[in-house]
Amino acid sequence: MDRYDDWTLLQMGSLPRNAHIHGLSSVEDLLERDRQREQDGFPRKIRIGRLVKPSRGGKERVILVPTTVEEKFIHDTRPFQEEGGAGGGSGDGQEGEVIGEEPIHGSEGSGQGGAGQGEGAEHEIEASAYDLGRILSEQFQLPNLQSKGTKRTLRRIAYELTDRHQGSGQILDKKATLRRLVATNIGLGRVRQDAEIDPTELLMGPDDKVYRILSLEPSLEAQALVFFVRDYSGSMSGRPTEVVVGQHVLIYSWLVYQYQRRVETRFILHDTEAREVPDFYTYYNSTIAGGTRVASAYRLVNEIVEHDNLARDYNIYVFHGTDGDDWDSDGSQTLPELDKMLTYANRVGVTVAHGHGGNGYRSRVEEYMGRAKLAERFPDRFRLDTIEEGAGEERLVEGIRQLLS
Amino acid sequence: MELIDQRTKAIMEGCKERAWEAGLRFAPETLEYIVTNRDLLELTPKHMIPTLYDYWVHDVEVHREKGRYELYPNNPYETVINTRPAISFYNDNNPDWLNVMIFYHVLAHIDFFQNNLHFQNTWGEDFAGKALSDKRAVAMLRSEKGRWVDYVIEFSRGIDNLVGYYKELGGNGAEDRSKPTRLDFYFDHFLQEVQPVPVHEYLREIERYNACLRQHGELADSFFFAEVLTRHPELDSLYEKHLQHHGAQPADLLDYLQRHSPFLQREENRWMKTVMEIVRTTSLFFQPQIRTKIMNEGWASYWHEKLFLADERISGHEVGFARIHALVTSMPKVGVNPYALGMRLFHYVEELADKGKLSLEYEQIASAHERQRYDARTGRGRETLLDVRRHYNDFLFLNKFIDQDFVDRHKLFVVGRRLNPRKGVWELFVQSRRAEDYKKMLLDSLYHPPVVEVDESLMDDGCLYLRHRFEGKPLVREFIGNTMLGISFLWGGPVKLETTEWIQDRSGSPSPYAMPSEQGREPVPRRVLYTMEDRRLSRTLL
Repeated sequence: MDRYDDWTLLQMGSLPRNAHIHGLSSVEDLLERDRQREQDGFPRKIRIGRLVKPSRGGKERVILVPTTVEEKFIHDTRPFQEEGGAGGGSGDGQEGEVIGEEPIHGSEGSGQGGAGQGEGAEHEIEASAYDLGRILSEQFQLPNLQSKGTKRTLRRIAYELTDRHQGSGQILDKKATLRRLVATNIGLGRVRQDAEIDPTELLMGPDDKVYRILSLEPSLEAQALVFFVRDYSGSMSGRPTEVVVGQHVLIYSWLVYQYQRRVETRFILHDTEAREVPDFYTYYNSTIAGGTRVASAYRLVNEIVEHDNLARDYNIYVFHGTDGDDWDSDGSQTLPELDKMLTYANRVGVTVAHGHGGNGYRSRVEEYMGRAKLAERFPDRFRLDTIEEGAGEERLVEGIRQLLS
Repeated sequence: MELIDQRTKAIMEGCKERAWEAGLRFAPETLEYIVTNRDLLELTPKHMIPTLYDYWVHDVEVHREKGRYELYPNNPYETVINTRPAISFYNDNNPDWLNVMIFYHVLAHIDFFQNNLHFQNTWGEDFAGKALSDKRAVAMLRSEKGRWVDYVIEFSRGIDNLVGYYKELGGNGAEDRSKPTRLDFYFDHFLQEVQPVPVHEYLREIERYNACLRQHGELADSFFFAEVLTRHPELDSLYEKHLQHHGAQPADLLDYLQRHSPFLQREENRWMKTVMEIVRTTSLFFQPQIRTKIMNEGWASYWHEKLFLADERISGHEVGFARIHALVTSMPKVGVNPYALGMRLFHYVEELADKGKLSLEYEQIASAHERQRYDARTGRGRETLLDVRRHYNDFLFLNKFIDQDFVDRHKLFVVGRRLNPRKGVWELFVQSRRAEDYKKMLLDSLYHPPVVEVDESLMDDGCLYLRHRFEGKPLVREFIGNTMLGISFLWGGPVKLETTEWIQDRSGSPSPYAMPSEQGREPVPRRVLYTMEDRRLSRTLL
């Protein structure tokens, strides 16, 4: 009798053991399958999402998980406007009474790879960002950035245990010691070619011990400094911010991977005034209602670079996210600052996120930057990308490809 | 995954006796398994069916669940799957008294599965067993066809929410349609479509038949057709063919594609139909569950409370019970808890029925005071509850029984959300306490797949024409492309989808900087036509 027919298995009262486990494929397999889809002529489906658990004290845990959406014909129940009904509730309170508040960015809740999430726990976001960067590089096959301008690499001094020293040192190099020991004893005639070696018979000289010692190692390594600049004026609230910050998270992750974690970041927010904030969390969560002066931010970046003399030692990247609005409508203040920035930056990437897709509509920033022919004058250094505010993660990655290529 | 031990099983059997006495009705055989957290994580994407076919999307979800579990390590107390025998899963570290509560909850679920008429198409089969054989069929096909099996699964699942659940529930109308007789066929189809004849000839044939009827009585048919067959010897075979075609109509798009897709009829593609049918029947199996979520959970919560408190075996654990029960069935300040809402509504219905308030007489009372005091002492509460659990689904349940009294009693309201730009936060506020609004909010949140029909009259060019019936909500636009890509693959040609979208007229807007609200234009619904051809999507306004 076939022991594995359905009848027997079910009668034995146990479902086939681990029937549901054997098929589980690893994330790498799944990504491989996703690559295969493209060759078969179907769009990719797997995205890398982030689960975030917020907690008090600003320490959030971030976990990277693959996600996918099964597309179907389903009713679109998203409200037209952001305002509207949010579900049911129970308890006291008059109609119209406010019963709670939620932060503008928190509404995505945990789960799903939504827009970028804040971080505070440095190491954990670092680790996750590195993974995300790795997966981004592999999955989306972003172009690897050329290490431009090697003259700007930094002579780093590192101490490494690579040099050998006889007689004293930090760590005994056993292999080298043995080799030397045998050589000495061959010289002494205590070891014969065909006879077996008896280690107890070997004599050891004081110089036979080989140690590794700490030594100065100069190394040439590229370092990256990334300025994330974001417009946080009133007009940015809601989707444009999510788009910009979501993209900046991805860029950050990718650079962390690309530069093997040797990335330094500076975060700058601006409305009419620009200010530097200490961490990504503040960068992500700040909102304010104010006007917009792009020039202020660029000026601040230039000042920082100049003051700290950063251009000599770093590959500098500036990523700026805005909705394209600027009080400086003809760019007369912004463009000189931008020109100056482009003299030292490896790449300036401007993302314009606005809700007026198509129709040939161009925001002020796009307009004056277009007029200044920046893309022609600095073909290697300047990129401008316009994203509709409803863009999904795929579009964001496409945008990164634009900004980094 | 292992069966619960004999001692725990004995507790379960005790619960069964008491539940049976209280009026619940279920098959006596059940299987209970202890599962680990890891098992649960891996079962969740498969809807807890261990034998469901393998599919990579499930794997992606398992990875996601594992991530979620790292952050939020919690698991359900129990899960029941609707098979014969009914199978339920438990965490292994529950104390006995908690198990008693959970067992009652589970038994009420089983009672619901096995009595609610929306589940009647699942009564006859052991789904776990069927799924196992499906899983093997898929595995076997995968070893032959490789990843193409997964594409077919993917594309079929893309339309598996459109399954004709209600059509299948009504027997797909098969019993309503009597078989057309040869006479019907001759006059209704043959003379009108197959071999069209001018009206006067048609009338002459009718006249001839009537003459036969007068002359030969019951033998009229054979005399009449003897003559017809000399002229049209092919009539009989055409009639046979017509009968086959006339059988049950395709219940849904998946069914339609299996029958009529030229691509799937090809010898080398036949295997795809097997996969599609597996996806289709699997989806059909889960349909009643999605449509009775609030009732099912409410029913189980109602009974675990009732039966637990009456069970003498666990006296002394009332406080522990109260704590867990409250956790499960509390009404959140913001949000809807199906357990809590369903349970309260069942309590409410029982009370209404006990007092005879579900009657015309009560309905006709206008005075609020009298309505409140009305009590006919019918004592028919329990009986009514059992009826409701047999015949209702979520829509009917909520639509019929949620009224202002219920909303007032439990202080329910619709939550609104508005932006407070000054503070930079969303404010949640009490938007409405009217029963109609609350009911509408609930009904809008219920599962309701769109109706998408095939229009054969517009398919002369070999293109599959789908029409979405607009019910006030458009389709999710981002999903249309890939879904149609899948349908187009299964159809083997171009696919068109006619649907409605809200279109905002921007053409006359004074300035691109104007706020949307300043434009003062409401979006208007417009019919649009999507076409998927050669894996490219285009969209035109109709």
